[in-house]
Order: sequence, then C-alpha cells, then structure tokens
Amino acid sequence: MRPVSFTLNGKPTRVTVDENRPLLWVLRDDLGLTGTKFGCGEGHCGSCTVLVNNEAVRSCAMSIGDVAGKKVTTIEGLAAGGRLNAVQDAFVRHTAFQCGYCTPGMILGAYALLLKNPRATRAEIVSQMDTHLCRCGAHVRIVQAVETAAAAMKGGTR
Amino acid sequence: MNPEDVKLPDDIDSELVVDGPTTFPVDRRDFVKLTATGLLVLVAIDRTGAIAAPQGRGGGYPTDINAYVHVGADGRVTCLVGKIEMGQGAMMALPLLLAEELDVAPASVDVVMGDTDLCPWDMGTFGSLSVRQFGPTLRQAAAEARAALVEMAAERLQVPASRLATKDGVVFDTADATKKIAYARLTEGKRIERTLTNKPAVKSPAAFTVVGKSVPRRDALDKVTGQAKYAGDIVPPGGALHARILRPPAHGATLASVDTSAAEKIAGVKVIRDGDTIAVLHEHRDEADTALALVKAQWTRNDPPFDDVTMFDHFLKAAPPPQTSGQGGNVADGEKLAAEVVERTYYDSYVAHAPMEPHAAVAAVEDGKVTVWAGTQTPFPLKNQIMQALRLPAEKVRVITPYVGGGFGGKSGSRQGVEAARLAMLAGKPVRVQWSREEEFFYDTFRPAAVIKIRSGMDGAKKLVLWDYLVYCAGDRGAAHFYDIPNHRTLTRGSWGGGGGAGAAGLHPFAIGPWRAPGANTNAFARESHIDELAAKAGLDPVEFRLKNLKDPRMVRVVNAVAQKFGWTPKAAPSRRGVGIACGIDAGTYVALMAEVAVDSTTGRVQVKRVACAQEMGVVVNPEGALCQIEGCITMGLGYTLSEEVHFKGGQVLDTNFDSYELPRFSQVPKIDVVILDAKDIPAQGGGEPAIVPMGAVVANAIFDATGARLYRMPMTPARVKAALAKT
Repeated sequence: MRPVSFTLNGKPTRVTVDENRPLLWVLRDDLGLTGTKFGCGEGHCGSCTVLVNNEAVRSCAMSIGDVAGKKVTTIEGLAAGGRLNAVQDAFVRHTAFQCGYCTPGMILGAYALLLKNPRATRAEIVSQMDTHLCRCGAHVRIVQAVETAAAAMKGGTR
Repeated sequence: MNPEDVKLPDDIDSELVVDGPTTFPVDRRDFVKLTATGLLVLVAIDRTGAIAAPQGRGGGYPTDINAYVHVGADGRVTCLVGKIEMGQGAMMALPLLLAEELDVAPASVDVVMGDTDLCPWDMGTFGSLSVRQFGPTLRQAAAEARAALVEMAAERLQVPASRLATKDGVVFDTADATKKIAYARLTEGKRIERTLTNKPAVKSPAAFTVVGKSVPRRDALDKVTGQAKYAGDIVPPGGALHARILRPPAHGATLASVDTSAAEKIAGVKVIRDGDTIAVLHEHRDEADTALALVKAQWTRNDPPFDDVTMFDHFLKAAPPPQTSGQGGNVADGEKLAAEVVERTYYDSYVAHAPMEPHAAVAAVEDGKVTVWAGTQTPFPLKNQIMQALRLPAEKVRVITPYVGGGFGGKSGSRQGVEAARLAMLAGKPVRVQWSREEEFFYDTFRPAAVIKIRSGMDGAKKLVLWDYLVYCAGDRGAAHFYDIPNHRTLTRGSWGGGGGAGAAGLHPFAIGPWRAPGANTNAFARESHIDELAAKAGLDPVEFRLKNLKDPRMVRVVNAVAQKFGWTPKAAPSRRGVGIACGIDAGTYVALMAEVAVDSTTGRVQVKRVACAQEMGVVVNPEGALCQIEGCITMGLGYTLSEEVHFKGGQVLDTNFDSYELPRFSQVPKIDVVILDAKDIPAQGGGEPAIVPMGAVVANAIFDATGARLYRMPMTPARVKAALAKT
C-alpha cells in the first residue's frame, strides 16, 4: 500500500492502495466512478477505456501505480461545465448506441483518436475503433458520429 | 389498486431505475416529486375482461389501469411497464403508445420499467413482444384512462361527454373552446374511482398523431455521460461486497474437495460455503478475484462423450422423436411430380449471446426484505425464483431492473440474481455478483447447434412440388416455409431451448436457450440456401425463381422492395458479382435482405460490402427505433454467419473470452440501406429480431454467386470457405 497521486477528471486525486491493483477497479470500487465499464477483464473489448495523458488505455489492463503523476480522464470528466463534448454530442445526434454499455469506452476511444488526428478519415476511424466491441450493432452510427465529431473539432468546437 | 400500494418508498432516490441528469427532458425526479405530494392517484375502474391477459409463467396482466398509468397533479404522466430496456428501445416505443391513446404530449410522459414493486406483472422482455403483444394492453389501459377523465370532465364542466374532446392533456368542449380542464386538475388532490359503462375503443391508425413519428432516445444523455446505471453499478447504502463464486471446470462436474485456507488469509476476505457453493467476498473486485484464484478445488468430471466436431452425429442419434409442425398435400406425390429430388444437409454451430455487460446483480436485505438490482430480461420470473430459493413470500422480494447492457435472449436466464440474493442473506451484507467474461461464456444459454435435412423437387416448369424438411435441435420457429408448394412437410426434432447443465435429456452438454429469433436464423439459413440452390439448378435468377414460387402478397412485396432498394439486376447464379437474396418471416414481420460480398480466394475471408433490407412490420411506432433494430440485426447477424462458434470438449467450454470467440467488428460492417414499408392497416409487429433471420443465408447465397461454392455450415469461417472453394 502506498499513496498514488494523479489528476482525475481535472482534479488532484490521491489514493492509498496496493499499486498493482487494476485502474478499472480502483476507479469503480474506490472512487465510485462506475461509468467505466467491466466487459471482459482482458483488454479485448474496450468497455473499460479511459484516457491517460490523452491516450486511450484499457483500464482493466493498467495498474493504478502506472498512472502516478499522470492525467486520467473518465467518461464522467468529459462534459466540462455540464456541456457535452463534441463526441458525446455526436453520439446523441446519431443515436450511436443501443444498450449503452460499450458507449463510454467508444466515446473515449474516439476522442483520443480525434485529439491526435482531428482530420481522421473514415478508414482511420474504422481502424482505431476496430478493437472496440459493440454487441448491439450500432457500428454504422458510431462511425457517422465520430465523423461528425471530427468535423466539429476541426471547426474549433470542443 | 389503492393509492398506498403505489406510493414509493422514501429512499427511492437510491433505487432509481432510470435516474437522468437534470437537463434531461424526462426525469425520474419528477416522478419522485409527484409521488411525494401524494397525488399519484388517478382512476380505478372495473375492467374485468377488458385487457387480454396472457396467463401462465407466474402471473397475468393486471386489469386495473392504475397499474399502467398515473397522472400527476403537475400534469406529468407516468407509464409503468414490466418490460425492461436493454438497448432495444421499448423505453421509447411504449410511452409513445400511451401518449397516443391518452392524448398527452410524449415529452410529458415518464417511464418506470422492470420494477416488481412498482410495475405491472410481465413475463419478460423477449420475442419482439413489447410492442406487438404488450402494446395493445397498454393502449387499452390508456384509452380507458382517457375515457374516465372525459367522464370526470363532463361532470365538472357540465357538458355532455359526447361533446368533449382531448388534446395535450386537456379535456375541452368542442362547441365552446373556453370550457376546458387539464387532466392534472381533474386528478388533483383527489382519489377517484370510476366504473366505465362503455369500454372505449383504441384509436384507429388513421387517427394517430404521435405514433409513427421518431422520438429521441430517453436514455441518450445518461448513456453518453456515464450516468446510466447498470446492475453492477448499483451501490446500496453502506456499499456492497463483491462475491466471486467457485465454478466447475466443466458442466456436469461435481465438487470432490475444497481448501479455502489460502484465500482466507487475504485481508478483508470473507469466505461463504453453502452446500457446494463456495464464494469469496471482498470490498474490491480485484481482491476477490485474487482470493478466488487461491481456492484449491478437486472436481469429479462427468463429461458427455462429444465435442464441437462430433456433435452432429450425436444429435442425429439422440434427438427426440419428430413432431410435425406443418404439412400439406403428400410428400410421396411430390416425389412423383419432381423432375429430380434434391437432398441436402445443413449444419449450424453453438453461438453465444455475449452481451457487452456480463450478468450482474446487487442484493441488499433490509427488515427481512431482499431487494435485487439485476441485469435481467425477466424481473418477475426472477422474483419467483428468488422467492423459491430463499423461501420468502412475495412481499419480501423486490427485483429492480436498471439499464440492461444487452440481452438478446441471454438474460432471460438470471441465475446471478438468485446467487446475489442468497449470498446477501448469508453474508448479512449487500452483495454484488458480477460475472467474469469466462463465467458469462460458461453459463450462457447458447443458441443450439443444429442439423437440417431438406428433400425437395421442382417440376419441368420450375415450380416447387416437393418440400420435405427435418430440423434437429433448432426448433420450429421459422421452420415452416412460405413458398407455394403443393406437397410439403416440416418435422422438428428437439427445441431451441431447455435444460440446465448436462443438457436437456443429454442432447446438449450445457444449457441452451433463446438467442435473438430463436432457431429462426438456423432454419432460414437452410431454407433460403436450398431455395437458392434450386434456382441455380433451374438456371433462373434467384429473385425470379422466388417470385415464381411465392403467392403470399406480403412476401412478394418485400422481395420486390428489396430488389429496388438494392438495385438488383436479374442474372442466374453464379454470376460472379457476389450478390444474393434471402427472406424470412419472424415475429409477424416480413423481411427480405440482399447482400453483396467479396470473397478472398487465397484466405477464404468474406467481406460483406453492403446489405439492403426491406421490412414490412405493420404499424411502425418509432421509425428511428425500428431502423436501429434493423441495423443492429444485420450487424449482429454477421457474427453467427461468419465467425461466431462456441468450441467445447465434453462439458468444458473452451471459449472463455473475445480472443477466440469473434464478434463482428467495425472493419467488417457493410453499408446498410433499409426501407420500411408502409402497412398501417396491419397492427404493429415485432421489430427486434426479424432482420437478423436471413443474414446467414443471404451471405451464403452471395458467396455462391461470387464463387460457385456452396457453404452448408455456419459460421462460414475462412477455413470452411477455402474448403468449399477447393471443391468447385
């Protein structure tokens, strides 16, 4: 057990835990952020995706010790000031979800791509999102939503 | 129902099923607010016989309309339904039906779903029945509520009821618009009971004003902000312990010995043993995982002697005797008329539901009453199971269904809900059971693997004269053909459902159950592949051949519509274009798909480039919702068609995660074009399942058109495609 300090959704955060514990379960069980979903536990599905220093990572496969000193963003931290970000807004507009369980991971995965590459083509979007699983079959709409979000982010909209 | 019965508990805020952010138009907080003022009551009516109530499965629809609808003093209306929301959109469609019949704005309606203390009994959310079967019940209840409000208004306004009309939650005098009163004022502060002398009729489709117009999803903001709560996200007051349960290595195995001493040494771990159930509990999930891994268990295996390769031989020997599920004419006569009898056998594999949310439940016991938040398609049957397992009376068990992260039939079984309830009782603390992906695969009620044998024939005029169909293990849904064939027979050996571990009468090594359009995908694959093969033998375009052998006008209509949407040009297969057609009828809905594929002859890999769909589903309640379901069906259908297959050896399920069990991915998804046909004269039919039914066959037929190779087994993996190509 040792204290781990990091920035969580813009706020300085400190937890005293076994540093080998998975980020996913520290977020859910210790910090009460249940928007990050458990889907497979082995990094295959993407439901537990969060951003660490703006890179998409699978929180089930990363230990809490590895985020010390870093910036962690979960789905709860994306709508700054109560306003949806461009990807969230596009998911609403395109009805880019059904059951919604993969949605937080999808949104964060797409957001990480667009932060790096706001001009992402459809092929680049498909390639980036290919490791995210959705069982309901909202794929077509998700790709459309990410394209819409890309256009909005290029235009300077958050 | 008395008003006291529907009053919500004081701690409702921590138990909200659908707790939206404040910016969301439909907010459960309004419901809480209105109930807190005690103005929840509307009308109680003698409704004996008014609602067609399907009995059995432990209940029936209530005849009291108060069970379905409340009008609050503030004008908000609450729609109460025993159905659940798992992504399919019943949360949007059902309130629309209520708003239509009650004449209120859809935005003024809140919805409470799947709570056994608050909602009317329901057998479960499956079979594309929410709108098709429960819809008429809900509409009738709303129509009667509206009629009661009109009678009340007639007395208040001193105007004959026949002169009154309703709109947007207001009753008004058609002869004098200044005479009007809102529903909310009629119900304000009063408890009203009223017996209707005349049962009102529901509206005709021509009179619909809100049904048929797309509405935004009520769950959108919850789901994009991470606020949507699923069962595993529920934290009861005081928190819950995670429970991990020791599982056998294979179905049929029994526990020989167990040593939990190492697990018990982990700080904060509590070990529970109840008969053969061993559970380790910890505040943190990952530490419960660690403890479970330290439990040493010896098992006695009792595996059935077959696997995913030898299962078909086993089915042919072990399947129950045939049942006739359809026949006409005489197959012997058909054989005489046939220019040639064509015999083919089709095979399908076990397929998993694999919802992204594994089964989860949280249980808390307070004053002897157990409340279970469960990801389930069947909250009321689950309540019964918990009552039986824990020997509790009905009033001591409540099941609440938060958002469900996908079901597809797999959450019709809710074993995890019983596990959580039992462990919470034993632990004396709230308990969370959240299955691992491995448990999800192990206890899934798979779509059964199956064998189908077809004998058919056509005469010299290329008209079908013989159809002799025998299906093993997939059941009779979608087994009956819809072609115009004088001599035909459909035999079924074994259902798509039944049984727990060790299988129904030893037929399956594990439980099987309903998987989105149960059995129909398998049956459509065989039937539509076979029809296609006959078309090729006849040297006819597959659309032309179907139309030649079809009489059902609804099917003819969808076939023509899909051809137009797709831009089909007639040519006999194999045309080397890689295009195909397949049709189906499911849940009362007619559907036809066309697909274009590319086949990589080196790797055997199939890419579905585009799919067109024409669907006739009667009245369409929420067109955007119907479209999402169709797209979802086509996308999900890619999986059972091309890659999904459960591998097993005896009772051991070899697939434990998504590394070996391959779901459809973004890079595989085709362009999808959909046309939903107008059919307002037909009541609303099912929408959640039909379009997935022809996916296997449409791809098989397009592969044949591309290559001349016919696939007889699903999934059509690269290895199987290559093997078929090698035979051409």
